[in-house]
Amino acid sequence: MVFFTYLISGISLGSVYAIIALGYTMVYGIAKMLNFAHGDVIMVGGYICYIALNSLGLPAIVAVILAMIVCTVLGVVIEGLAYKPLRQAGSLAVLITAIGVSYFLQNAAQLIWGATPKNFTSVVHFSLPAGLMSVGLSSEALITVLACIVIMIALTTFVNRSKLGKAMRACSEDKGAAQLMGINVNRTISMTFAIGSALAAIAGVLLCSSYPVLQPTTGSMPGIKAFTAAVFGGIGSIPGAFIGGLLLGIIESLAKAYISTTLANSIVFAVLIIILLVKPTGLLGKYAPEKV
Amino acid sequence: MNEKKRMGKAKMVPVPSKAIIPERDIDKAPILECSHLGIDFGGLRAVDDFNLTIGRTEIAGLIGPNGAGKTTVFNLLTKVYQPTRGTILLDGVDTAGKTTAQINHMGIARTFQNIRLFSNMTVMENILVGLHEEMSYNALSGILRLPNFFRSERIARERAIELLSIFNMEDTADAVAGSLPYGAQRRLEILRALATNPSLLLLDEPAAGMNPSETAELMENIVKIRDTFNIAVLLIEHDMNLVMGICEGIVVLNFGQVIAKGTAEEIQSNPTVIEAYLGKQQ
Repeated sequence: MVFFTYLISGISLGSVYAIIALGYTMVYGIAKMLNFAHGDVIMVGGYICYIALNSLGLPAIVAVILAMIVCTVLGVVIEGLAYKPLRQAGSLAVLITAIGVSYFLQNAAQLIWGATPKNFTSVVHFSLPAGLMSVGLSSEALITVLACIVIMIALTTFVNRSKLGKAMRACSEDKGAAQLMGINVNRTISMTFAIGSALAAIAGVLLCSSYPVLQPTTGSMPGIKAFTAAVFGGIGSIPGAFIGGLLLGIIESLAKAYISTTLANSIVFAVLIIILLVKPTGLLGKYAPEKV
Repeated sequence: MNEKKRMGKAKMVPVPSKAIIPERDIDKAPILECSHLGIDFGGLRAVDDFNLTIGRTEIAGLIGPNGAGKTTVFNLLTKVYQPTRGTILLDGVDTAGKTTAQINHMGIARTFQNIRLFSNMTVMENILVGLHEEMSYNALSGILRLPNFFRSERIARERAIELLSIFNMEDTADAVAGSLPYGAQRRLEILRALATNPSLLLLDEPAAGMNPSETAELMENIVKIRDTFNIAVLLIEHDMNLVMGICEGIVVLNFGQVIAKGTAEEIQSNPTVIEAYLGKQQ
């Protein structure tokens, strides 16, 4: 029974990781860059939702949508100002810029909202029947898992079926050829950042609803964990991000419960190292042999 | 190659200036007019003073020894490289300042010397990417699955099947592009380019790696495509049977400069061309 409780909490945490990891993996798949500022977009989403709920007194659903809109704009602006000018530059320059953007967002948040942690009020207002509550299932956990599944299905359909999704996959395979087929690569990359950032906002709200401490560094650890999850599942792969996120959440939760709370993070990263030693491209990553 | 020798050579070579547009296109405005096109990579003049006029429905050939700058010309025409000098008029419109994607919308589509399909996507999806610009629904109606999404998606699929039928490839629609045999990948690349609805099709060594019977079939198909779509074709090719067989006008490039222009017969008997390919006779 206790195991079941920990498992549920792991799946719920893993779902948040999965939603964040989708943002990392999509941007990596298409722009071939690691957007380390992604975690901090989550934090911004959390703050926007917090303000909408507490200062503006908006209903929860409006607050979430507002957070999504702000984060989408933020994502597109970050891409346009910081990453787009570096499109031809080496990947290290982009990586360092991303780390810079990450610190910029954290410090800007500290300047605007202060360093004192805010107590986030959950956006989930219904409660579950006592029977479900007794096995450790909270309404937040249920919503988080459902949201993750819905996002996963919607995103897969979008990428596989829609025009823009096909353009994204075309860009991810060969930007040059895609351009010559009339695809606006810059716009496609912007759209990818928009979608990833909107997902980050959802992840931020869900994360803060389950773990209600909101501060400028709230996004950084989940961000790094989700990045790990994306690599774990095979970076660039959407189902990989989903599976990687879930597994990471479960491992973390069980490690906390049965091994050691303080060692939980070390265990998570140790598992990553082992997986990558056995399968360097991650669980669902494709091995692309280089032609010689 | 030292600069002096090349410059010297350029002066020696008289370039016939007569137009090589086929008679049926003579009254119509040409689809492409390049004048004094050139690009430098650092100190290297990769292409210099390149002039070319292509008629509405002409099949033109661009030939020359390896490293002559043929693919560079394609890259200039599609704005993969920005030209250092000269102008390109496509259907009378200057293409200066346009991006690669915009050039495609304006009507130039191309294939690649080394096949560049989206190899993890299916044959159908590759063509649908080409049809991208024609599908009129926006992202929102795609996510919300509005009726115009299904309509436009259905029309695009029908168009894709129509295109595939040119090369009898309808059966392979659901196959992953990368798994197709080499010849079929080359054909698919041509179809993907055609899907963008071009008025000028650039083919970069379409017959590379094909056996003589495949090449013969390809020649028929290039003519068929030109006749069906009423478009102009400019092709780079080393297979002289193909070039001499279907190209109405031929341009010969050597060291980035046009050394001869003319019909197949004229090119074949041009001493400068023979020298460029075989070296000077002792």
